Amino acid sequence: MAQGARIKDHWAEQRLFLARLVFALAFIIALAVIVVTRLVQLQVVQYDYFSAQSRGNRIRIQPVPPTRGLILDRNGQVLADNQASFDLVLTPEQVPDLKQTLQHLVATGLVAAEDLDDIREEIAAHRRYEAISIRDHLSDLEVARFALNRPFLQGVDIRGRLSRNYPYGGALAHALGYVGGLNADDLKEIDPLAYAGTTQIGKVSVERAFEAALHGAPGQEQVLVNARGRSLQTLERTGARPGDDVVLALDLDAQLAAYEGLTGRRGAVVAIDPKNGEVIAFVSTPAFDPNRISAGLSRKAYNALQEDIDKPLFNRALRGTYPPGSTVKPIVALAALHNGTLKPTDHVYCGGAYSLPGSSHRYRDWKPEGHGAVDLQAGIEESCDVYFYQVARELGIERLSSFMKDFGLGAATGLDMPGEKAGLVPSPAWKRSAFKRAAYQVWFPGETLITGIGQGYTLVTPLQLAHATATIAARGQRFRPSMLLATRDPLSGRTQHATPESLPAVDAVKPGDWDAIIAGMHGVLQGARGTARAVGMKVPFQVAGKSGTAQVFTVAQTQKYKAMDVAERMRDHALFVAFGPLEDPRIAVAVVVENGESGSKVAAPIALKVMEAYLRTGAPGA
Amino acid sequence: MSRSRDSERDSRLGAFGRLLRWAHMDPPLLTGIVAILLFASFVLFSASGRSWGMMQAHAGKVAAAMAALMVAARVDPVWLRRGAPWLYLAGLGLLVLVLATGDIAKGGQRWLDFGLRFQPSEVMKLALPLTLARLFHERPLPPSMLLIAGCLAVVLLPTLLIAVQPDLGTAVLIVLTGATAIFLAGIGWRYIIGALVLAAASLPALWYVMHDYQRRRVLTLLDPDSDPLGAGYHIIQSKIAIGSGGFFGKGWLNGSQGQLEFLPERSTDFIFAVIGEEWGLMGALALMAVYLFVVGRGLYIAATAPDTFTRILAGSLSVTFFFYVFVNSAMVTGLLPVVGVPLPLVSAGGTSMVTLMAGFGILMSIQTHRKLGDAVRR
Repeated sequence: MAQGARIKDHWAEQRLFLARLVFALAFIIALAVIVVTRLVQLQVVQYDYFSAQSRGNRIRIQPVPPTRGLILDRNGQVLADNQASFDLVLTPEQVPDLKQTLQHLVATGLVAAEDLDDIREEIAAHRRYEAISIRDHLSDLEVARFALNRPFLQGVDIRGRLSRNYPYGGALAHALGYVGGLNADDLKEIDPLAYAGTTQIGKVSVERAFEAALHGAPGQEQVLVNARGRSLQTLERTGARPGDDVVLALDLDAQLAAYEGLTGRRGAVVAIDPKNGEVIAFVSTPAFDPNRISAGLSRKAYNALQEDIDKPLFNRALRGTYPPGSTVKPIVALAALHNGTLKPTDHVYCGGAYSLPGSSHRYRDWKPEGHGAVDLQAGIEESCDVYFYQVARELGIERLSSFMKDFGLGAATGLDMPGEKAGLVPSPAWKRSAFKRAAYQVWFPGETLITGIGQGYTLVTPLQLAHATATIAARGQRFRPSMLLATRDPLSGRTQHATPESLPAVDAVKPGDWDAIIAGMHGVLQGARGTARAVGMKVPFQVAGKSGTAQVFTVAQTQKYKAMDVAERMRDHALFVAFGPLEDPRIAVAVVVENGESGSKVAAPIALKVMEAYLRTGAPGA
Repeated sequence: MSRSRDSERDSRLGAFGRLLRWAHMDPPLLTGIVAILLFASFVLFSASGRSWGMMQAHAGKVAAAMAALMVAARVDPVWLRRGAPWLYLAGLGLLVLVLATGDIAKGGQRWLDFGLRFQPSEVMKLALPLTLARLFHERPLPPSMLLIAGCLAVVLLPTLLIAVQPDLGTAVLIVLTGATAIFLAGIGWRYIIGALVLAAASLPALWYVMHDYQRRRVLTLLDPDSDPLGAGYHIIQSKIAIGSGGFFGKGWLNGSQGQLEFLPERSTDFIFAVIGEEWGLMGALALMAVYLFVVGRGLYIAATAPDTFTRILAGSLSVTFFFYVFVNSAMVTGLLPVVGVPLPLVSAGGTSMVTLMAGFGILMSIQTHRKLGDAVRR
């Protein structure tokens, strides 16, 4: 090989390299001369020309923030839009006497005295020709008051802008969330270029979940400015691309019915379409006013909201966890039917209490005198606790807890909104890992019994409860709950539909078993002995449901439970789940009313009102 | 011989001098770099609109870059030679990864996000000269045709991966880096002339494969006033800033172009315009002089380096550094199209500072690790 024959000659190589290095140096010097020549040309020869250009420089490019997309319900009703609002702005270089002007602003009530320090800081941080916002969201009255005082407020002006508006206020507060000022945490997650000129971002719920679609993209504006940089006139705008409109699965009528039903109470309502997982109603009360929060609350007002004993900022539908109470009984029965430990015709005698063999502890029924001989239909209809103690004991905790998990309990459902809680389905394995002390790690047989009636450790969110009810309505078919129906480009009108996402179904359950528990749930509302028949009989269509009462604390064995004696916040939580119409279910609802005491009297009417509101108007194509 | 001279010199050095020797620093190079960094911090404070937040972020980057320099300076060139191919392969892997998964920054895919955002093409800026220097070190020079062909493949592979990101500026710099190393290795003039002719002939083809925005930039260079508010805006505003600076400049923090936000990207790619505006021709020339001093010191290190590997490595690192300076200053003064290349050691942001300083660390390592080898070879 030619290469093999050649030998490295270090002296020759070094000489060659040095020659090349000299060449490179010459080249570098040549390049440097080019740059220096250019600098001299620009800075000395053409100095006068560029100096004049600089003094006369008049066009600056500024970002134009995009308009945030609308939020609509499934029928096109506007749930969130943007409305003009007015800010008070101050331009320091135009103010003859800053101190006097600020005093006058405080005297007229346009600016709060405690905000003055912040305003002075803002002024110091900006150039003197820049207009600084010193108050936002002026009311009509304040705008008028400003107009009256204008002669004394030189350099202060009113500036209009778009701000987020939620026409239904609290009714959709927890479903939609709100927007707020960009903070340091937000800045970590976004592309600063895309938010040039934007001051607000979706903070929670739908506004946060679909921020990317709602936001849009900024445009540019060419502004004529004078030599000191003050904007004089807008020359040209390359428009921002407005954010997409977001169409939610929510039905405004169902949503308002739910909100109205919960008025004055702490609770949550979630309604889901069993056919595809679309969330029809999503309410948590008490709510907050999203308009006020988006406009910017004072620290004091925000703290007051946070410290409120009723927790208005807490999204109960998504993050509240409650014992499901008797609403879990249809699932318990189905688990037993499926595993062959129960036949619909099996009878259990209920004498008002149940004891495990070899134990004197009496597990009470809600009805002290007992239900007598009870089969599956009566067990669900009358919500007989003793029946389900027996069913749960024969089924065993392992099979029960694994079946409950198949229904999506104990894990986040995957709703397309951030912050969902997972709840809890207890099992012996869970107990071993959850407790530190060995004595607490043992699973007791009695805990199986109370799990069978939805008490004890089990915790569900209203969303999970609605999801599980929808699963019953769809006979085991499961869909990921979704708020989003579609996004729509407001310019082209191009609509992108969200597709329903199937989850692992609860299959392998025999059709006859579904029939049995659904018949029981139908009896709850529209049977002769149903716990909620007083409510169910008034409804013009066939429905199925189940009431539940979740104990907030345990009543001592000998004590007689007297609701009136217990402080209001110690009362039982009232729950109700329902779906309908029976022959072709289109809506499944879960209602939780904190300290509402009676599922069938307090929660059930709300559930049925929501269903009626939806089925009356929300029919597809209706 | 050199040992005794070293200890003799050691005894005359103060504590600081001994520290520098221990850290394998090269005092002249270090002085030049620190001078540029100090000047840069003043310029950046003005260009950022007196933003202390930005100064802090910049200080963090300078600290990281300084650390990279110190580490590189302590690594013996022998280890650099052994590690070169591996670094090259790792760089190629990262470039493929960035194409597959990278973050989108300003319309191009250039970044990888490992907690710290990081631009893999930076690795190549060091890996390429290291690998080429090793290839030349192990074979007789001037290079045979086969070796040249191999080197071209080594250069073109990463260049293509960077060009499709698309990051034309960095791709050009990578090609320049490779070309420099091959030139310094002593490639025959007929090849060089042939390559230049080929390059000229392929310009129309290059035009054909360029992205729209890249073509627009080239056209804009030829006639910026054709689109004064679009693509030409950068160049026009930058030239106004520099030109209006005049001989002595408008003074620190007093440049209207920069301070009133006419000048886009004034703290990053266009920071040289802020220097021209506020410090005038004098400031720009002074900076250019320090740059030339740093490059000159690098070339001296290359000229006196003990073997082919260190010679070619030191030579191409130094020459490439000046290319960075030239490409940026020529772009900002409207001599070259707008390609996103920062002004070395001065521009804020990006990962280029760490790479550059690691490169200087390698130069210092070559300068300070040579004593024994020198004696043997001579």
